Amino acid sequence: MAALPFYVSPEQLMQDKAEYAKKGISRGRSVVVLVVREGILLAADNPSATLYKISEVYDRVAFAGVGKYSEFENLRKAGIRHADLKGFMYSREDVTGRSLANAYSQLLGSAFSQEMKPLEVEIVLADLGTDGRADEIYRISYDGSIFDEPLLTAVGGRAEQLGALLRERIKSPPPLPDGLRIVRGAFQEISESPLPAEQMEVGLLDRTAVGRTFRRFSRQELSAIVDTPG
Amino acid sequence: MKRNLSAAFAAPFESPSFLDCLRAVGYFDSAVPASVQRLDRIPHATTVLAVRYAGGVVMAGDRQASEGYQVSSRAISKVIPVDRHSCVAIAGAAGPAIDMARLFRVEIEHYEKLEGVMLTTDGKANKLAQMVREALPMAMQGLVVVPLFAGYDLGRESGRIYKYDPAGGRYEEDSYHANGSGGLFARNALKMLWKEGLSRAQAIEAALRALYEAADEDLGTGGPDFVREIYPSVFTMDREGTIELPQAEVARYYRNLVEVLKRKE
Repeated sequence: MAALPFYVSPEQLMQDKAEYAKKGISRGRSVVVLVVREGILLAADNPSATLYKISEVYDRVAFAGVGKYSEFENLRKAGIRHADLKGFMYSREDVTGRSLANAYSQLLGSAFSQEMKPLEVEIVLADLGTDGRADEIYRISYDGSIFDEPLLTAVGGRAEQLGALLRERIKSPPPLPDGLRIVRGAFQEISESPLPAEQMEVGLLDRTAVGRTFRRFSRQELSAIVDTPG
Repeated sequence: MKRNLSAAFAAPFESPSFLDCLRAVGYFDSAVPASVQRLDRIPHATTVLAVRYAGGVVMAGDRQASEGYQVSSRAISKVIPVDRHSCVAIAGAAGPAIDMARLFRVEIEHYEKLEGVMLTTDGKANKLAQMVREALPMAMQGLVVVPLFAGYDLGRESGRIYKYDPAGGRYEEDSYHANGSGGLFARNALKMLWKEGLSRAQAIEAALRALYEAADEDLGTGGPDFVREIYPSVFTMDREGTIELPQAEVARYYRNLVEVLKRKE
């Protein structure tokens, strides 16, 4: 391969890559992850009933991704492989959201600095607490930077506005139906269009469950919750 | 192990199989070489059985592992839940059998998480047959693993039972089956007790009675242990999911049975 004909400063290069990734992510819809009393709620504005943005990773760990589907889908699968391998070789209790979040951060970080094209994704890992260990929510950005979010996080298009709006309205973990209604309201306000329950994808890491705690809400269950005034 | 856990993140990986994942990290490279001497004195798991009833299937097993004429464990679990609708029960060399059951469980769960849908009951049964066949070299060295698989088929809304042979043969059983050293006696008992359209409670009773008869005739099978309070483990799989029967209920059944048997004498 011939050498690059022009000199581009590293700063410029990184800035361009970041802008490219941000643009890709901001085009898409968003996902909110929120601690509720019953567990950790993951809600996405997703018109597709089969192309998921939210997924189970392990007993107490769930994944949410926004941006380019093919890219976060690959990341999701890698996470499940990592978790299953670790759980099989050590024990199921040894699989933690923190170690997975670190692995994701490494991967995204090196892809951002080494590849021509950065990954246009932003992902969230939720780890349901147990026996006095607190709930954990990690947001991992396209460049590998990792944020530990205490109560809630929003990723995707207009994530900043969405997050600010939700933080204003939610100060402590609400009950699940209330949380779901607030999140739906915020989605509607930000996009300035109605969001029917059929267009939401919702999952919950359930505090009362044993073993695999993740469950996905069916569209019927969902409309029963959000369409009944609380 | 050749490579570490980060291999999960390495290559683009198209297989939904956890076994392929383990192969990629070199897990199977340390398999038993063919030159190893036959192992004869290792713990063996003994009697397990499955009984189909109207709208579901019950699976039960005694709790004893035997090493020749000696008891090597009084409280092992031979019925292992796989997912919300199926269980696998193991007979044969206890170590490799438990390992296989654990691996099978992860394999099924891994597929479900990656693909977003559960495997069909037939799909799970076939996967297990492949795993038994892959263990054939081990079987030649005396480490024979013979699982029994049972599950609730969501499509057909009925319970299904599969038995295996050490070479990986898979055969579906229509009504009931029992495996292990006491399997023959349990099957004989079930032959008398089983009829089409059993209720869940009747099927549980038939399963527990068959285990009792197996323990009565076979040295390797453990009966209800009233002193240590160890009783057979029982799981039912139906529309409600996979449910383990509480040990207290199993104990109550056996106390009644003993009373009834005494009165007859």
